[in-house]
Amino acid sequence: MLRQLKKKYFIDLGSTLASTFILCIYLFVGWYFFNWLIIDGVWVGDANICKNSSGACVSFLKEKFTFILFGVYPREYLYRPILGIVLLVIGWIHFTKKKNWNNLLFVKFLVLMIIYFVLLSGFGENKVETSKWGGLPLTLLLSIVGVAISYPVGILLALGRTSKQAVPRYLSIVYIELIRGVPLISILFMSSVLIPLFLPDGITINKLFRAQLAIIFFSSAYFAEVVRGGLNSIPKGQWEGAKSIGLNYIQTIKLVILPQALVKVIPPTVNTMIGMFKDTSLVIIIALFDLMGTTKASMTDSKWLGFSVEAYFLCAVIYFIICSRMGRFSKKVEEEFQRSH
Amino acid sequence: MIELKNVNKWYDDFHVLKDINLRIETGEKVVVCGPSGSGKSTLIRCINNLEEYQQGEIFVDSIEVQDLQTNIEKLRMDVGMVFQHFNLFPHLSILQNLTIGPMKAKNIPEEEAKKTALKFLDKVKILSEANKYPDQLSGGQKQRVAIARTLCMAPKIILFDEPTSALDPEMVKEVLDVMIDLAKEGMAMICVTHEMGFAKSVADRIIFMDEGRIVEDATPENFFENSTQPRVKEFLSQIL
Repeated sequence: MLRQLKKKYFIDLGSTLASTFILCIYLFVGWYFFNWLIIDGVWVGDANICKNSSGACVSFLKEKFTFILFGVYPREYLYRPILGIVLLVIGWIHFTKKKNWNNLLFVKFLVLMIIYFVLLSGFGENKVETSKWGGLPLTLLLSIVGVAISYPVGILLALGRTSKQAVPRYLSIVYIELIRGVPLISILFMSSVLIPLFLPDGITINKLFRAQLAIIFFSSAYFAEVVRGGLNSIPKGQWEGAKSIGLNYIQTIKLVILPQALVKVIPPTVNTMIGMFKDTSLVIIIALFDLMGTTKASMTDSKWLGFSVEAYFLCAVIYFIICSRMGRFSKKVEEEFQRSH
Repeated sequence: MIELKNVNKWYDDFHVLKDINLRIETGEKVVVCGPSGSGKSTLIRCINNLEEYQQGEIFVDSIEVQDLQTNIEKLRMDVGMVFQHFNLFPHLSILQNLTIGPMKAKNIPEEEAKKTALKFLDKVKILSEANKYPDQLSGGQKQRVAIARTLCMAPKIILFDEPTSALDPEMVKEVLDVMIDLAKEGMAMICVTHEMGFAKSVADRIIFMDEGRIVEDATPENFFENSTQPRVKEFLSQIL
């Protein structure tokens, strides 16, 4: 153990210096953080005690924890989003296991998302309007549904863009370049302000739905370009091999080209997914309170002013945990597919 | 069975095929040779529509290849092809490489497709590798798998596009042996190759192409001994 440590980090003067330097930084940051959170941190007490301390105000986080996670979701029904998130975590564990990657996966996923949606919305007397949804459940809904729809749409756009047929090719190019040329914020604005203007009187589209649409429009263009990279990396010979045994275009795409192309672009695909997950925080500008929105709102309580560092810290931890899980998953999938070759 | 009438093809300004007229009868074994860039590969790739031609007609069993009514997938099932770079599917096992065509293009049940696949893997002497993946095989083994993949489709004729050109020298023989066996069993083939030994032993006809034209079309005997074409003599003196 010691010898390995030496071999890895202290093999010569250069690596010893570098390791020591980095270790010092870790220790310094760690110590500072430990002081802030544990030693000087206020774990019990109200806002006044917090204000007189130099450490973290954990009391504030305890007070606002439910609000940051769930927004203004009615407290008496809070068990529903909690149950929903538990189901998503179970689903995630289930879906990331290779033995479950079969045709049933899609059906299972669909059922899970329907249950999740019904849990959040409820029905009859227990119905909770989407305007009251917020925090982590909303962020998860927007990103999961967003990925689930925009990834397949992105694949279709990529196929369109690489097609020899002029009509799908130009439609795809125009769509992708148009969407990529504007920021997500402006698409969100358009979907929230412009769409209602064009609709006839009396017809309204739910704000959450409009935000979801904007996210799907936006990220499908990005997925399309990622997938196109994969398609371009497949040698022409694969197309010809498939054609030569009588496979038609759709069979060739489905059985030969996509299985190879999608695997090749797993890292940028997950990269886009992570980016998209974080981009959902922009829905705050059309007054939807996702995790970032509830975090910001938690800072405006007049009783608890001035604890933004704590609030952002909690928010960052939650984002980090989820993003790092996605990163791990990406690595695992890559390894699985490399092994099977 | 295959007939080409006045076929012309251009890549932009480059005239690759010039007035090609050719008839190949059922069961015939034809070797196509000639210097590189003479249009040999392009010629056979037009027959199964991997390339388009701009003038003329190609008939396979009296069906015109580029006719809009033609079911090109069905035509390709009858006209197998073996490529220089094998073009096996790396994400599928050897067995899956062989069954995917029959199962998906011909709707043959999986069990039957597997049985046929194993039969042909045995024939190309590679049965023990059925569950491996293409990247785990040598070039010669890959090419034999590619031949077996084509055979699984039960084609009437097989087009070989320089099947041994990408192989290490010591692997050429194992692939040629399989092809010679096939020829002896009566499988029709058009083979673009520089292997003159192979041409001598199996070809019914040898076609020599130069600059997009068929310059010579003769039996092996006449081709090697009595050709009057100066280009043929020059070519033979270079490679023999």
